[in-house]
Amino acid sequence: MSALTRKGWRDLWHLRGQALAIALVIAGGVATLVMSQSTYESLTTTRELFYRDGALADLWAPLTRAPDTLVTQLQAVPGVQTAQTRLLAMGTLAVSGFNEPVRAEVVSLPIRGGQPLLNRVQLRSGRLPDPDVDNEVVVGEAFAVAHALRAGDMLRLTLRGRQRWLHVVGVGTSPEYVYQSPPGAVFPDFQRYAVLWMNRHAMEKALNMDGAFNNVVLRLLPGARQAAVITDLDRLLARYGGVGAYGRHEQTSARYLEEEMRQLETMARLFPVIFLGVAAFLLHVVLMRLIGTQRDQIGVLKAFGYPDRTLAGHYLAMATWIALGGALLGIGLGAVLGGWLAHVYQGIYRFPFLAYHLSLRAVTTGVAVSLAAAAAGALMALRAALALPPAEAMRAPAPPRFGATLIERLGLQRWLSQPARMVLRDLGRRPGRAVLTVTGLAMACSVMMVGRFQGDAVEHMVDTQLSIAQRHDLAVTFVEPAPRRVVFELAALPGVREAEPVRTAPVRLIHGHRSYRTVIDGLPPGARLRRPLDTQLRPVTPASGGVLLTDYLQGMLDLQPGDEIQVQALDGHRRLRSVRVAGFVHEYIGAQGYMDLDALNQLLGDGDVVSGVLLGVTPGAEPDLYARLDRRPWVAGVSSRLASVRSFYDTMGESLLVFTWVAALLGGVINFGLVYNAARISLSERGRELASLRVLGMTEGEVSTLLLGQLGLLVVLSLPFGFAAGWGLCWMMAQGFQSELFRIPVQLTTATYAFAGIMVLGASVVSALLVRRRIARLDLIAVLKTRE
Amino acid sequence: MPSASSSSASEPVFRARGLTKTYRMGEVEVQALRGVDLDLYRGEFVVLLGPSGSGKSTLMNILGGLDVPTAGEVWYEGHHLTGANQRELTLFRREHVGFVFQFYNLIPSLTARENVAIVTEIAEQPMTPEEALARVDLSNRMDHFPAQLSGGQQQRVAIARAIAKRPAVLLCDEPTGALDSATGVRVLEALERVNTELGTTTVVITHNADIARMAHRVLYLGDGRIVREERPARRIPARELSW
Repeated sequence: MSALTRKGWRDLWHLRGQALAIALVIAGGVATLVMSQSTYESLTTTRELFYRDGALADLWAPLTRAPDTLVTQLQAVPGVQTAQTRLLAMGTLAVSGFNEPVRAEVVSLPIRGGQPLLNRVQLRSGRLPDPDVDNEVVVGEAFAVAHALRAGDMLRLTLRGRQRWLHVVGVGTSPEYVYQSPPGAVFPDFQRYAVLWMNRHAMEKALNMDGAFNNVVLRLLPGARQAAVITDLDRLLARYGGVGAYGRHEQTSARYLEEEMRQLETMARLFPVIFLGVAAFLLHVVLMRLIGTQRDQIGVLKAFGYPDRTLAGHYLAMATWIALGGALLGIGLGAVLGGWLAHVYQGIYRFPFLAYHLSLRAVTTGVAVSLAAAAAGALMALRAALALPPAEAMRAPAPPRFGATLIERLGLQRWLSQPARMVLRDLGRRPGRAVLTVTGLAMACSVMMVGRFQGDAVEHMVDTQLSIAQRHDLAVTFVEPAPRRVVFELAALPGVREAEPVRTAPVRLIHGHRSYRTVIDGLPPGARLRRPLDTQLRPVTPASGGVLLTDYLQGMLDLQPGDEIQVQALDGHRRLRSVRVAGFVHEYIGAQGYMDLDALNQLLGDGDVVSGVLLGVTPGAEPDLYARLDRRPWVAGVSSRLASVRSFYDTMGESLLVFTWVAALLGGVINFGLVYNAARISLSERGRELASLRVLGMTEGEVSTLLLGQLGLLVVLSLPFGFAAGWGLCWMMAQGFQSELFRIPVQLTTATYAFAGIMVLGASVVSALLVRRRIARLDLIAVLKTRE
Repeated sequence: MPSASSSSASEPVFRARGLTKTYRMGEVEVQALRGVDLDLYRGEFVVLLGPSGSGKSTLMNILGGLDVPTAGEVWYEGHHLTGANQRELTLFRREHVGFVFQFYNLIPSLTARENVAIVTEIAEQPMTPEEALARVDLSNRMDHFPAQLSGGQQQRVAIARAIAKRPAVLLCDEPTGALDSATGVRVLEALERVNTELGTTTVVITHNADIARMAHRVLYLGDGRIVREERPARRIPARELSW
């Protein structure tokens, strides 16, 4: 080992505290990168494999009823490779020991038994139903786990008002139902929503669909044009009540999963940038300082004849080791965290397997960025030191020049003590460094705010959507649109306070060449239980004749208030009608339209009907109501608003909490790295000054105030910037997350600001205390003799 | 070894008995002081002379409460310094001792006036910074920063800073060590004036035997002991010195 190398290692050992702090920040950056990128890539791969193994369909086409013989025609449609007809139905389930309505989506299995051609059931335990036995069923895994169901358990299913007991023979999952959320809901509800696979024969009997189907899924030939196939299918199925075929991007599970992946990708990009940015900054500052203190050594080495290149290599190597150490630590940490996070997601999506792998791209990116940051920091500092002639480098640098600060030029110095002036002038002399420190601290603060942003946003969304916009207790949906008088029947049930009709019509909205599949809700005038809101969250009533649209559709369909829009009903008569856009409503979840109920019925032209009823219920009356509603064959399902809110919090709560603390931890690491390094640098730069003051009789406390007061000022100064940066970061994330499924509002609570502020102050205090111990160890005697 | 005694009849400000100090420098043990007895009296101007490593600085550091002896005892006006803890030593320095360093050790971010004020702000009955600076002839440089002052001027600011709290004793470690002769003389003049006008006991450590000519008493240190003590028959005013 050359003497120069040995010197490098000893310097590194001498600087171990600072080196460790920087390495930790780099590790944080690399870990987030590796973690999120690995999770993202692993989940994407897992999803693709699962879709492939489970033969996920390319197209879905719901219809009312068509004879099974139609399948030959379907298979003959150009571009179609495989067509699988089936029956789908919504029903309600009763699970012993659970007193809330459970909605069940029942899917038929092929009449001759075995797996369907498309959307296969991946059995997790048990077996498929025996084709000759009508009361056997496979239960979706998420629901089975939520209720601890196993093969051998019994369930009571109500389908079209008819109740039957079913034997659970297996637990399974399918690529079609990776994301299991009830129709119309945005978030999964494992307890109150079930997917069941049943024999086709049994379903035909229950639904009176002998030899008929109401849903077909198709696989396309490679290279087939999806849009063309959809057109052909829609034409073919129109007379059988086809409501329009759609592809994966409109299939609930596939679409939501795609959306989740996109969010994960956004995070995988955003967070590491912040961390690596701060780490690069820290590395730069510390190397500047280190090289600054070694001016004389550089001078001596140059005088001995060491070329600039060797010296540059020497310091670069030190920087490289710090960066490499941090990067390796980060890769290890990221691999562990990524594996854990991917498992959490696997649990949420019920993937039967997980193709976890470390993202090679993230590993190489992480190492490359860390090394580049280290090299950039070191080289910038070295440029100044190497430019000096050897003799100059061996001389102490000229005494720093100070001047009066702006505050003093304004004549305000009377109010400043000497220590306060020292603090201000020191900041004034190196404004660049102060700005960089404040920037870094603000970043740390903003990261911690992002950790809580999702929680805040969700709370706000739930609050507005479920407390102001949707105020019903129970939503009853019908098998098919029913005459309006059923409202009176339901209103008369015991325990019902209020009943309001609603007509939810599946439609395609068309404006120019843009179109979007969604629903229009028809609401009665003066509706109280369901109210669209404007941007100020005030309820608005749909004017008769016009349609109110979710504001997100304004950009999506390129609309202005007053524009005419084409509305194609996707059930019933499938008429294409023109409607005026009366205005836009503000909604965080979903994207849809609202019309006056009568106007909607008139538009659709199928009489005075409703598709469901919203109920306000006296507390405690629900169980009795569930039982009464269960007996009505035209009731397809009942959902409880309170239950959906609760399930939502159950699902989100834990992962949000974990995310909050991970972000807080990472923010804390940045914060610690910054404050500790800044304090250590100040201490080594001003050690002589501070020791002199100790000799002159200042106490440790007074001297600490001088050093740490300056940092304290920067920390406090950084808070407003941190809050602003945090808001900005949340805004950026919200933009990244925006989709027609939901828009996340940037609504940060005071608690979030307080949390970030307290965490920043806390991390700063901890670092300050560590440095304060060093002030106690200042060598008062050495400082009297040595010259800087 | 002769003990350093004084003919003055008054009580000594400092009284040190049997001071020894041993440092461990890695593997080696260094004996910096080997049993020093010393009395310092009010208003005295004492010069400590001796070669490098003779123990001058160690002795001064112990008197100034910066260091503690390995053995022996020090009293300051009846206070037992050797038994004091760090906090009490800090308080002792704050109230009673003025230091002048070889390299001035001014705070670069404070002006001359403010460098003095930083001490007067924590002292009990200080003079104003303006008065202290006037005593060292720097009334016209009060608002200059250290970087705007010459070495001699910086050292005079350091003296003003040291005397502003009216210390009982002024300890100066090579105060002219970094200065040329003419500038050094101006610094010594300042010390001399403080000593005469305020009656501050002044101890000056130096290599420079010429400076001994302005002292009331000269102590020669060698190998950790006081080897000789002299009282110049005639004190030379600082302005007549040159080297």
